[in-house]
Order: sequence, then C-alpha cells, then structure tokens
Amino acid sequence: MTFSELLEISISTNLEFSEIILAQEMMETGRDPQKVKEALRKLMYVMLEEAEKNYGKEFNTLTNLTGNNGAKLSNAVPYMMSEFNHVATVVAISMGESNASMGRIVACPTAGSCGVMPGALYALKYVKKASDDELLKSFIVASGIGNVVAKRATLSGAAGGCQAEIGTATAMASSMITYYFSRDPVKVGNAAAISLKSLMGLVCDPVGGFVEVPCVKRNGSAVNVAIACAEMALAGIESVIPFDDVVNAMYNVGKSLPESLRETAIGGIAGTKSAQEIVEKIREKWDSKN
Amino acid sequence: MGLLEVSGPVMIGPSSSHTLGALKIARFVYKLMGIPQRVNFVLHGSFSMTYYGHGTDRALIAGVLGLKPDSFDVKDSYEIAKMYGLMYSFESDDLGDVHPNTVLIKAWKDDLYNEIEGSSIGGGAIKITKINGVECSLTGDFPAIVIVNKDRPGALKEILDCLSVNIANVYLRRINALEGIALTIIELDENVDDEVLRCLKRLDNVTELYFVKLEEGELL
Repeated sequence: MTFSELLEISISTNLEFSEIILAQEMMETGRDPQKVKEALRKLMYVMLEEAEKNYGKEFNTLTNLTGNNGAKLSNAVPYMMSEFNHVATVVAISMGESNASMGRIVACPTAGSCGVMPGALYALKYVKKASDDELLKSFIVASGIGNVVAKRATLSGAAGGCQAEIGTATAMASSMITYYFSRDPVKVGNAAAISLKSLMGLVCDPVGGFVEVPCVKRNGSAVNVAIACAEMALAGIESVIPFDDVVNAMYNVGKSLPESLRETAIGGIAGTKSAQEIVEKIREKWDSKN
Repeated sequence: MGLLEVSGPVMIGPSSSHTLGALKIARFVYKLMGIPQRVNFVLHGSFSMTYYGHGTDRALIAGVLGLKPDSFDVKDSYEIAKMYGLMYSFESDDLGDVHPNTVLIKAWKDDLYNEIEGSSIGGGAIKITKINGVECSLTGDFPAIVIVNKDRPGALKEILDCLSVNIANVYLRRINALEGIALTIIELDENVDDEVLRCLKRLDNVTELYFVKLEEGELL
C-alpha cells in the first residue's frame, strides 16, 4: 500500500481518512475495522495514562545514564518554547526514561522511540483540549502513516538506523497533529514527508547498546521536529518530494548505512572514548553486584 | 504486520528484542509446563553481553512465572520468584550458530524436565528453535502440542487421528533410540478442546503430553 493510493481513495470517495485507513487494513489483514479501531483506542488510552502518570517524574533507570531529564525540563520555565512544545517534550523524555526503567510503554512504533507519539498526543489533549474521539481519528491516521513505512521500508534500527525508528515516530506524530487541526490528508502527507526528510540518515548509536543515550533525549527533540513540520504543512508548505518517495529513499539510506551505525553500539556516539569508559564503569558496577 | 503491530504493542521496556522477546520465549516454558521449581537460563551472544542493561534477566524470570508482556510486575519478577520459591540461575555460553539474541532455558518441575531454546528475532517477534533437542520453528502465534511418545510404528498415526483441527506443522524426532522414545511437536491452526487432549492422554504410546494454548487476545 502506498500513501498516494490512500490519497486517491480519499479524493474519489470523500470519506473520513481514518475510515479509509481502517478499510484498507481490512483488505490487507482481514481484520474487522471496528475491532481494530477499538484496539487502537486502547493503545491510545495506555499512552495517555502513562504520560499522565510519568509526567516530569524522576526515574531510576537500568544504567542510570538518564532518569532525571524529564523532571528537570518539567521544573524549568521555558525561555522560548510554547506550552504545547514544552508539555510534549516533557512527556516524550519522561516516557523514554520510564521505558529505560522498565516502565509500561506503547512501542509506537518501537520501544526506543516510544516517547514521540505520547508527547504529541498528550499536548493535544491537555493543551488543546482535544476530545478522545477526535484524537482517535488522528491517531488512526498516524498509525496509517507508520504502516506505510513498515510495509515499504523498515521500522527497525538494526535494519535501517534511527531514522527508521525515531524518523517514523516523528512522521506519525506530525501527521497526527496535522490531521487533528486540518482534517486534510494532503497536508498529512506533506507533514509526514517533511518530518522524515528532516531526520533522514539518522544513525542508531546507543551507548553500550542500552536504550538510554542518546535515545531518551532524541525523543524529546524529535517531538519538536514533528510539531515544526506540522506547523509548516498546516501553513500550506508542500513537500517537493512526495511521502512514498521519501519512504523509499529512507529505506535505501538505511540499507547503505554501515553495520556499525545500526544498533551495534560500535559507531556514532557509542564509539566515542567517553562512551566506552562509561560502559566499562557500568559493567564493573554490575559485576561487583553479582 | 498491520496497524496494531505498528502502533503497539503495550509492553514493559526498554527493548522489544531484549525485554519483550525474552519474556515471550520464557513464557513459552510456562505455557508448556506451568511455573517450574527450578530454572537455568543459558544466554548467548548479545543476550549474554547486554542483558543487565535491558532487564533481560527480569523479563526471563517474569516469563517463566507466566507474567504477561504488559504486566507492571515484570520489573519486580525477582521478588515474585521468591514468593513462588522459584530457584533460578543464569549463565553465558556459546550456543553455536544461532541468532545473536538466543536463550536456552532448562526447567525442572517435580519429575519433569524440559529444555527450550528460542531466539528473539526483532520487534518482539520470537522463534522457538528447539524443544528438548528437537529442532523446530514455532512463532508462538499458534497453539502447539508437544508429545513425548514411544517410538513405535503407527504412533504418529494414532496421535494425528485424535486431532480434529488443521495442522500447520509437524516436527518429529527420535530422542532416545535405546529406550525407543520420540518427541513430536505439532503446531496447530487453532486451539483444541479437552476431548482431543483426553484422546491423546488415553494413548498407550503417549508418555508425556503438553498443550501450549493460544490465549485470548494474543491475536485479534
């Protein structure tokens, strides 16, 4: 399935875009659209519940390389960010830190990128006072965008680098925001394309292989990319290259990334001297515990 | 892969391959034989290198205790193991030419002993690759029947005659030629009812019978 096919159906039928995505899912998997919708609603509720519970909390993470960043940002009065961005960033970081301390998360689309979507979702609900039903439609559209990437490329950092994980999460969040404010599938495609282009080539380089550095803070910055790209798309800015082509390009870039930059903890920041010293210390601490 | 796999699942972090996948492999042991009294985890490759930073140890223990992948208790599985009196141990070893994220689980319960080897192949998906030394390839998305049977002519036919549902895969191997014992693994399209299990139990050729049931909600 391509995004342009979904767009064509939308133009020719004029149906609600989220319903088109659910109908397409039925064609592909045989799953009852109503059941899929309710299962997605549950995922959305878990996200909102966990965002609420973990907002700005301090965490004791598995390696203690992160854990207090959401709290720091939550306690700070922003110099320039809007309330929407600030709230979304706190949630994105808090969810990343909750994940690193064995909290409950929604792997949307992956565990490492689990903060971006809840950040945008929570900000829509609590800053923009979105109703659950309106949010759900936008959440389904975001899932449809993620599904296009999953079908035509990859969501795995080991296969395609971080661009496949955080890049997809950002495209999804940007689409969700754009759909919420515009109900315009064309603008959704632009937001998704501009987002994925912004993070094209991003490597997967976790220190020690653990889902903490740089993953947690990357969730925080990525949700702002999503917001900025949504704002551009809502203003009528178009992506010169359509989303389907951007997805193909992302896949090809991922394939040409060396293995050292695909979740192996060898290259990127994981390969720095300071990272290796940190990992050495964590191993020593762990060995002394056993 | 569909919308629900893209936007989900709900899980305990931090890693779909090192935490969720590990839990699902260990949970296969629980589904096979219930909570064991003693368990030994042999970690291979990336699992042995980084398990402490991913909570793989806690996920594995949670799995054999039967905890679900989204249970808040996964984090506290060591404490829960204590409550059940579960004895556990971890070791690292080279399991040969297998996926980097592979674990061999040895489990004891009363006079039963089982060995399950499985790999976490990415995104939380798993493959059970060996049951008591017999190679197989189970995804955990289908129910399965595991039978230790006498290695006699007609034994497999008797077993298959009991089944009323469609079979996806059958794996069969002699595991002890001296005692004439074979292991049969049957992957099914859907769950079987108690009548099928009673039929299998009645067979003289069946010495051990395990049913790994597909639970409600595991597939939509």
